[in-house]
Amino acid sequence: MNNNKVQNNRAWWLVLPMLILVAFSAIIPLMTVVNYSVQDVLGPHARFFTGTEWFQTMLNDSALQAAFLRQMIFSLTILAIQIPLGIGIALIMPKRGWQASAVLILITLPLLIPWNVVGSIWQIFTRGDIGLMGWGLRELGINYNITRNAGDAWATIILMDVWHWTPLVAMLCYSGLRSIPEAYYQAARIDRASKWAVFRYIQLPKLTNVLVIAVLLRFMHSFMIYAEPFVLTGGGPGSSTTFLSQSLATMAIGQQDLGPSAAFSLIYFLVILLVSWIFYTTIMHMQKDKNPQGGA
Amino acid sequence: MYHLENTQQGEKYNTIFSKEVSAKRRKRDARSRLRSRLLLGLYLFLMILPIYWLINMSLQTNSEILGSMTLWPQNITFDNYTRILTNSSWYMGYVNSLLYVSMNMVITMLVALPAAYAFSRYKFIGDKHLFFWLLTNLMAPPAVFLLPYFQLYYSVGLFDKHIAVALAHCLFNIPLAIWILEGFMSSVPKEIDETAYIDGYSFPKFFVKIFIPMISSGIGVVLFFLFMFSWVELLLARTLTSTNAQPIGMIMTRTSTASGIDWGTLAAAGVLTIVPGILVVYFVRNHIAKGFALGRT
Repeated sequence: MNNNKVQNNRAWWLVLPMLILVAFSAIIPLMTVVNYSVQDVLGPHARFFTGTEWFQTMLNDSALQAAFLRQMIFSLTILAIQIPLGIGIALIMPKRGWQASAVLILITLPLLIPWNVVGSIWQIFTRGDIGLMGWGLRELGINYNITRNAGDAWATIILMDVWHWTPLVAMLCYSGLRSIPEAYYQAARIDRASKWAVFRYIQLPKLTNVLVIAVLLRFMHSFMIYAEPFVLTGGGPGSSTTFLSQSLATMAIGQQDLGPSAAFSLIYFLVILLVSWIFYTTIMHMQKDKNPQGGA
Repeated sequence: MYHLENTQQGEKYNTIFSKEVSAKRRKRDARSRLRSRLLLGLYLFLMILPIYWLINMSLQTNSEILGSMTLWPQNITFDNYTRILTNSSWYMGYVNSLLYVSMNMVITMLVALPAAYAFSRYKFIGDKHLFFWLLTNLMAPPAVFLLPYFQLYYSVGLFDKHIAVALAHCLFNIPLAIWILEGFMSSVPKEIDETAYIDGYSFPKFFVKIFIPMISSGIGVVLFFLFMFSWVELLLARTLTSTNAQPIGMIMTRTSTASGIDWGTLAAAGVLTIVPGILVVYFVRNHIAKGFALGRT
């Protein structure tokens, strides 16, 4: 935000319609969740106040702890793959002409496919009998089966997520690179800077802002992943690929455990909030250390 | 202005400089370009492969799909597509999805534009807290809100209406739109607003006639994101609808029955869900290239 803003409280009128709408979709449901989380609902007229009991139960639930651990490993793995890969792709994308448009449209494709269809595509693709990948691996003599081997299921889900979301990182980085004035590169050429030096001292600093957005968006979405693994593996084999969203949906919709699932929801929400905040402040801090003038 | 001068100067340097560039260096540049093209080609090939396989299957009959492994369809058939496009219980799924997505885009734009303007131009009590609170909504997992949403929309009589899904998707789309638009609006110099007011423009007239055209590429990017996140979301859309407004993603589950999965129809329905996305990207492709950095450079 720029600094020469005018103090004017009438600006609230401009914000008000948005506030009413978001409050309707965010605050009322959130209050319902809070309400459930401290009560034991037995029937329409039989509910008891339980305090923090549900929170304690949820925090000590070993199945949920396992799901949480899986979720963390998953999110960090895909970030470690997608961010460097996305930057790499952005660097080799053509900069102008029809090729730039064509590549951009092609690369965006996976982003615009409904999430359950992404799951279906990969379910078909990896089946041993009718899928190209499953069939190909089997022909090569690899015993690949996502419904039986947990390792295969994991690898496939990570591959699917990389396929699905690397384009977002690539697009954000591509536009960040496009905003670097040509003069910077020319100066580097005059200095006979190496490719690595150009990347390290010109391109990467300019990418910091988009990378903050990319890391945050990717972390948040991967932490909420639901439809893709649900369609692809159904959380199996066993519960080896059951992530947090799926555990929650099973508990809330499947078993109708209102109190525990509400407490779980709140913990879940707070964890995402906390981790996003840590990411954000860390990256901002790193940036401040690098250029004391405050670059951005 | 500064950038422009700089670039021109740079080009001048460059033309002087390029005469000195050795043939060796030019050859090395050409080789590295070729290598990056090959890498990009490889990535695109691998990326397209699963989608190609879906298209391949959608053009085959179920017996051909299950019978043998063919890398391309031997007898191309469009039966799977005609089955979907002639049956109203199928194609209404697409209509429903497109309806709530466009409703969501209109509502979000109407409320996000003034709000983003307020955030980018004014200080007001609680502005920072409000902005932060908005962003936290992006981090709320939809799974958390499933049950409360169901109860809320059921009690106000919106259940199984398109508008219910459109409103529910506002939860994450409005904060996202404000976040992106605020960046774009802040990059427009404030003097433009002041000049317009001195010239006698009222706020609404200035906003529509002058300001919105100036941030059009930002709006293009935002519309892309709004479409994307509303179109791909299924968890909330599925929970808030039953028959009248059922999204296509839900109708697709119909292909798996007790007697097995109708692979051909599933594949064809999947291919058809990709088409609207391609159209949207095609329309906003130039804006994306220009302004995906969300205005913050």
